[in-house]
Amino acid sequence: MTAAPKAQPVVQFAGVSKSFGEVKAVDDISFDIRRGEFFSILGPSGCGKTTTLRLLAGFEAPDEDGGEVRLLGETVNKKRPYERKIAMVFQNYALFPHLTVARNVSFGLEQRKTPKTEIEGRVQRALEMVRLNPEVFSGRMPGQLSGGQRQRVALARALVLEPAILLLDEPLGAIDLKLRKEMQLELKALNQQLGTTFVYVTHDQQEALTMSDRIAVMDTGRVAQLGTPAEIYENPRTAFVARFIGESNFFDGRADRRTGGQWVVARPGGGTFEVPDHPSVSQAQDVRIAVRPEWMDVQKPDSIPPGENALVGIIRDIIYLGETMHVIVTVPGTGDVTVALRNEGQLIKPLLWKRGDTAAVAWLPEDCQILEQE
Amino acid sequence: MGTMRERALAWLYTRPEARAWALLAPGGFWLIAFFLVPLLVMFAYSLMPRGIYGGVEPGFTLEHYTRFFDPLYLQVLKRTFAWSIACTVICLLLGYPVAYVIARSTRWRTLLLFLVVLPFWTSFLVRTFAMIFLMRDTGLFNSWMMKVGLIQEPLTILYTPFAVMAGLVYGFLPFMILPIYASLEKLDQSLLEAAEVLGARPAARFRQVTLPLSMPGVVAGSLLVFIPALGSFLTSDLLGGAKQVMIGNLVQNQFSSARNWPFGSAASFIVMALVLAAVTWYLRVRDAGVRIVPPK
Repeated sequence: MTAAPKAQPVVQFAGVSKSFGEVKAVDDISFDIRRGEFFSILGPSGCGKTTTLRLLAGFEAPDEDGGEVRLLGETVNKKRPYERKIAMVFQNYALFPHLTVARNVSFGLEQRKTPKTEIEGRVQRALEMVRLNPEVFSGRMPGQLSGGQRQRVALARALVLEPAILLLDEPLGAIDLKLRKEMQLELKALNQQLGTTFVYVTHDQQEALTMSDRIAVMDTGRVAQLGTPAEIYENPRTAFVARFIGESNFFDGRADRRTGGQWVVARPGGGTFEVPDHPSVSQAQDVRIAVRPEWMDVQKPDSIPPGENALVGIIRDIIYLGETMHVIVTVPGTGDVTVALRNEGQLIKPLLWKRGDTAAVAWLPEDCQILEQE
Repeated sequence: MGTMRERALAWLYTRPEARAWALLAPGGFWLIAFFLVPLLVMFAYSLMPRGIYGGVEPGFTLEHYTRFFDPLYLQVLKRTFAWSIACTVICLLLGYPVAYVIARSTRWRTLLLFLVVLPFWTSFLVRTFAMIFLMRDTGLFNSWMMKVGLIQEPLTILYTPFAVMAGLVYGFLPFMILPIYASLEKLDQSLLEAAEVLGARPAARFRQVTLPLSMPGVVAGSLLVFIPALGSFLTSDLLGGAKQVMIGNLVQNQFSSARNWPFGSAASFIVMALVLAAVTWYLRVRDAGVRIVPPK
């Protein structure tokens, strides 16, 4: 492995574009992935995340004049996958059905002409690393394994190569929720323990938030936002990001006046709300904000805490979700606003609200996420 | 209650075995009446003395089976096996790349498959006669080669082993291509990508992934070529002349001009037994090489 300077990014996308016919799957994306980090590419299907990963793996090449993909400082646009120092875990695992578990795991080592004496030990260690007992599983065929076990073999097959970069294409998509949660933590632990850079593609925002050091949210072939989970969740740049990661309520208005470090925003149907100062807000400008349901509260219309924004409406529905209760308030001129309240036990301490009540949704100005125009 | 038909269907619906029998009955009847019964009749014939004007006389004899072990017939048998094996190997070598290209192409796939089965639109007999026109001394091959100055005298192509082999390979090639195509077509692309990302260069990837996973197609294609090749008589008759006799010609002669039905039957059964043995051996070798456990 080439010894790259520590500060150098392991992966660089520099203005990369990839088209299929008329369709631009990836449209001028640029970002760096740092050594050892758990980097997720998150987005809905068709957003270009899989194409991005395939560009990195070498299954696709960027368009002519479509920028550069760099691995460990080296431009690899034209390099085949077998010439890149990467490993990959596939969505459907892609285990070789005609080879035993041990042969699947040793496949990459054999291609790399690893000495026979070394292979057996490394295969064993790799299987142990993904918590499969080598004595039990080495001789099994992939067809005899459960989904979770196949997943682990696929992971062992990639990790045994001790790659600088491990690509994972929605590897947990096909296994059940409980096992998925378990694997998420295991993957994160492996990433920290091995120091390998993980590039993880997923459409599951919860998964991305749980595991990632940083997340690139993709939308229609572009990177909509790149940041830590907290940055993405608490400060989404666009309405797309706010909507895709978690739930959000959206409010529109026009910046009316500035008082005490806050902008007063006039709503189209009358009334105002206040937002904190923000570089992208100026006089008479359209403002769009998002507010997370859990940052809002339901109040009686006549007892709104001073300094909070409030909109009055009728409670349309109350939904029991276990950890939280969703109160849906229909606000005239705005539509439904969802407020998430902590469930303190409906049997012992039921909500004071019921369907049909007139109520105000209230939130603090600093909880407004000011969105860029898309 | 419903009509008779509805009641019959309802009855079948509750009885899976009855349903299976109902589905098997028409085809099963056909095979019993036109395959199993004649086969048994032939087996009985092979053990009876020969009738003077064809047919058989009552009695029991093994002479037709012992007669087959005459060096003359063993020679024909050996030649038939050698040619059938050669034909299978050549079909495999020619057919695999074709199947591979068809399975990989997207735009031309339908057209290419259509071209592979196109020869079936014409009778095999006619196509074999057409090959005579190609290969005879004054045929297209010789006249072209003489025109471009490749040869001075016409080459003897027709009535040589080469002519027979060319005819056999031509006739059976589609039976090799189609099963291999089918197994390559359903080969999971992500397996190839996995091999590549694990460091396998194209040659290694083919040898270690594509080829083993297309073995079911290779096996099916080989059987579909080898078995009919072993029984073929038309090709060797028309393109091989009297010198290139195969076991099929021998059997055919016994039933037609030689009017020795018991010997023809005995020869057929010997070949059948050998085919069975060969196929069993082949499948066992295959199973030892590639074992794919289907997912639970």
